[in-house]
Amino acid sequence: MPLDANLDPRTHQFKVVGTRPLRPDGVDKVTGRAKFGADATAPGMLVGKVLRSPHPHARIRSINTAKAAKLPGVKAIVTRDDFPETKDESLKDVLYNVMAREKALYDGHAVAAVAATSASIARKALKLIEVKYEILPHVTDVDAAMKPGAPILHKDMITDGVEPAPTKASNIAAKCEFGHGDPDEGFKHADHVIERVFKTEATHQGYIEPHACLASVGTDGSGELWVCTQGHFMVRDTCAALLGMDVSRLRVTASEIGGGFGGKTTVFIEPVALALSRKAGKPVKVVMSREEVFRASGPTSSTSMTVKIGINKAGRITGAFAELRFQGGAFTGSPVVLGAMSAFACYDLEHVKVVGYDVVTNRPKQAAYRAPGAPMVAFAVESVLDELAARIGMDPIALRLKNAAKEGTKSSYGPTFNRIGLIDCLEAARKHANYKVPLGPNQGRGVSAGFWFNFGGQTCVSLNVNIDGTVALVVGTPDIGGSRASMCLMAAEELGIPYDRVRAIVADTSSLGYNDISEGSRVTFSTGLATIKATRDAVTKLCARAAKIWGIPADAVTWENGYAKPSGPNAGNFEPLSLEDLAKKAAKTGGPIAGHYEVNADGAGVSFAVHLCDAEVDPETGRVQIKRYTVVQDAGKAIHPSYVEGQYQGGAVQGIGWAINEEYIYGKDGRLQNPGFLDYRIPVASDLPMIDTVIVEVPNPGHPYGVRGVGETSIVPPLAAIANAVSNAAGVRMTHLPMSPPNVLKAIDGAKGRGARR
Amino acid sequence: MVQVTLSGPLKTAAGGRASVEVEAATIHQLLMRLEKDIPKLKPLIERGVAVAIDGQIYRDDWLRPIPPGSEVVLLPRMAGG
Amino acid sequence: MPKVQVSTTVNGDEVSYICEVDETLLDVLRDRLSLTGSKEGCGTGDCGACSVMLDGRLVCSCLVLGAEAEGRDVRTVEGIAKGDKLHPLQEKFLEFAALQCGICTPGFLISSKALLDHNPNPTETEIRFALAGNLCRCTGYDKIVRAVQAAAAEMRKG
Repeated sequence: MPLDANLDPRTHQFKVVGTRPLRPDGVDKVTGRAKFGADATAPGMLVGKVLRSPHPHARIRSINTAKAAKLPGVKAIVTRDDFPETKDESLKDVLYNVMAREKALYDGHAVAAVAATSASIARKALKLIEVKYEILPHVTDVDAAMKPGAPILHKDMITDGVEPAPTKASNIAAKCEFGHGDPDEGFKHADHVIERVFKTEATHQGYIEPHACLASVGTDGSGELWVCTQGHFMVRDTCAALLGMDVSRLRVTASEIGGGFGGKTTVFIEPVALALSRKAGKPVKVVMSREEVFRASGPTSSTSMTVKIGINKAGRITGAFAELRFQGGAFTGSPVVLGAMSAFACYDLEHVKVVGYDVVTNRPKQAAYRAPGAPMVAFAVESVLDELAARIGMDPIALRLKNAAKEGTKSSYGPTFNRIGLIDCLEAARKHANYKVPLGPNQGRGVSAGFWFNFGGQTCVSLNVNIDGTVALVVGTPDIGGSRASMCLMAAEELGIPYDRVRAIVADTSSLGYNDISEGSRVTFSTGLATIKATRDAVTKLCARAAKIWGIPADAVTWENGYAKPSGPNAGNFEPLSLEDLAKKAAKTGGPIAGHYEVNADGAGVSFAVHLCDAEVDPETGRVQIKRYTVVQDAGKAIHPSYVEGQYQGGAVQGIGWAINEEYIYGKDGRLQNPGFLDYRIPVASDLPMIDTVIVEVPNPGHPYGVRGVGETSIVPPLAAIANAVSNAAGVRMTHLPMSPPNVLKAIDGAKGRGARR
Repeated sequence: MVQVTLSGPLKTAAGGRASVEVEAATIHQLLMRLEKDIPKLKPLIERGVAVAIDGQIYRDDWLRPIPPGSEVVLLPRMAGG
Repeated sequence: MPKVQVSTTVNGDEVSYICEVDETLLDVLRDRLSLTGSKEGCGTGDCGACSVMLDGRLVCSCLVLGAEAEGRDVRTVEGIAKGDKLHPLQEKFLEFAALQCGICTPGFLISSKALLDHNPNPTETEIRFALAGNLCRCTGYDKIVRAVQAAAAEMRKG
């Protein structure tokens, strides 16, 4: 197979790709043997604990560690003084978030850390650290933070993206604008225009495994770090830069990871653990408590959004406008740009404009959460579309079909789409049996479409042929949802050997070239692409070995179903050589046989999904129950369909939690009121029905097998699909998430009140 | 000549110009040109941008050729979760 | 911190340990007995990742003190398989792709086993309520429920 050949997944007969074998890490994970972040130990290990600010906004006057240092068993204490200022602009906020400097900017912001011989001593030591705070006024709501006179977090924050630049500091870090045409012109041609304001609350990725790491730095300045992360190369480079270490002197091993969803794409405790270990001269393990995860690791943005859309009688959108206000916690970087770019990406529009504001507040620095920025905006846009469809008496899927983006559509964020699968998904949803089930009393049906970009990135893969003809596949992207199985499938497909002859591992940072983080739905796409090409590289070498053995030119050998075979007129007649034969002879024919591929993968291929939701609303209590849920999504090509379905179902259920229960609740004191799973309620099994899935396959021309990322798109439509279902069931438009019982009741009562007044 | 559409903050930095023309055969040449022609774009390009060529988004592919007549859009840097 | 000596049985084996009086059974299992299969997701009994059986009762080991295990019978995920033979629940969890990251899996296996030990033929609703104390953030529970149904059917065949 030539290195760059693409197979057409619609006609090519795959041998193992598309089957559902057991995952290579499976047995370890059902027997308790798999080692996650907190499962590692080291001889002489200390326990590290972090002291956190109880104030949402306070100047740190002084930190006195003298008493804590005297406590027997305390081996090291670090504060801001142990983390020198960085010259790297892109790392400043990471550093200031890891350890507060002149100000604590949110409830939970780290101010000091201790390493001690036991957890109880470390806890006691934290209480002995004396921090003098000067409490400052705070702000946690995005709209309040934008108002003149709001407490200012950063006195040097001048809004970026505004010309001419403002002269006064504000909490608005940046403004951005996307679109084409003129929505006001478009609204002139509309028969119906609806404008509404929406709000969504901050939600947490909610991975069940808290952040954990084990750091060990020797007196020679060399260190090792074991950590649960979506990107151990990122952790290595960031920590080395913050601690002034040579990159080559820090070896980072990714543990098994207990969920990430974007939340493990940055560092929090890792530089702290390394600094403690360096100071103590002993290994230090730091594990966050669940409360720390909520208070101090990144949730997503809370938002406030205005959406205005006009349509004509035929159901064609004539103009679309949105203003998005996202708070991203105490530092710049909310995903408002991605929200703005994705807002109207599903539709073919002549006049569209989106304005976005990135706002800082006294909350933890937001971290990426699955399709960052897109779900909230889809909630607002798709809610207005649903209302417009009802207004003109049009089926909501028909309305979306009428306006759907397709190949050749100039997207709302700029580029023109090539082959995309939105229409395929809409058609499949319209045909689905769940779309025709009659609804019961107090039930409503909701539809939503969703879009996500998907990404590629730097990737490096090695493949080693073992002496018995089995294959060791070495990848560098932590496996968050079964990706090792998919990689083994692709390597086996190329080699023409059974799946279980290939084993994949995630290598540490000293064993393989750099790999970007497992994020942006990129792993099956880019690590898959690199796996396929590393395998083809190995196949070329295998064919060359066979050619040498036979004494014929290398190009007279082909690879077929696990065998090197002579082919072509000059090849001669030789018995084919199997992978096992060639592996056994490797030492005598030139040494080890390995394939490699390094790439900065682009061409990930955007993806679309359409979700259907049937919800029932109890008019007495306001409780929302999801009765039926259907995910239709374009996967390009499903390598391991069970894990593709798993991504669809998991994304949908995270969306269900976001829509009806989950929210960060801040008190007037600016402290997080619900930092635990009891009060921050993620969906449980008894809340849910089965989640039906349809895998649509519109191949991505950028991948040899047509793969598109699938991890993130599945969380984009749920907020809107559920809000539309609930609105239709309750007879009142839901504009504020979550649709928890009190919020739903309030909306129902409000509508009744309005009705009575009329 | 390549017709480059500027979007989002890049358009603002370019004084609101929605598109510019530059002589470039690769993404690298394109970015160098833009930095030179419109100095206000430089910090944004340094922070990271993406370039869409005929609908395909490239985040870090300096050596990617830009075929004549292709649609080129300069976008802010993007990352997922 | 004062310490106590405890003798107990874990997965059928007699063990003794010394622990601090405020140390949880979960910490003892993980830090003193090296049984790291039970996980801490919250430490407050809300996530079920630390589920173990204590004298035949399903408990969150983060809410039990190590000292309380004296003379009791503790069963953890490490004791579900018989030698080299996986339990039907373990097999079906793999076959049905009922795990993505796998951090919640030990807890789900213990809770599912607790259910099937007294109800060999549960309905979907019964399974969903029996597993409502275990949080999974990856799967949306669909494949977990199906795996438990399939394991129950397998076990009924004997």
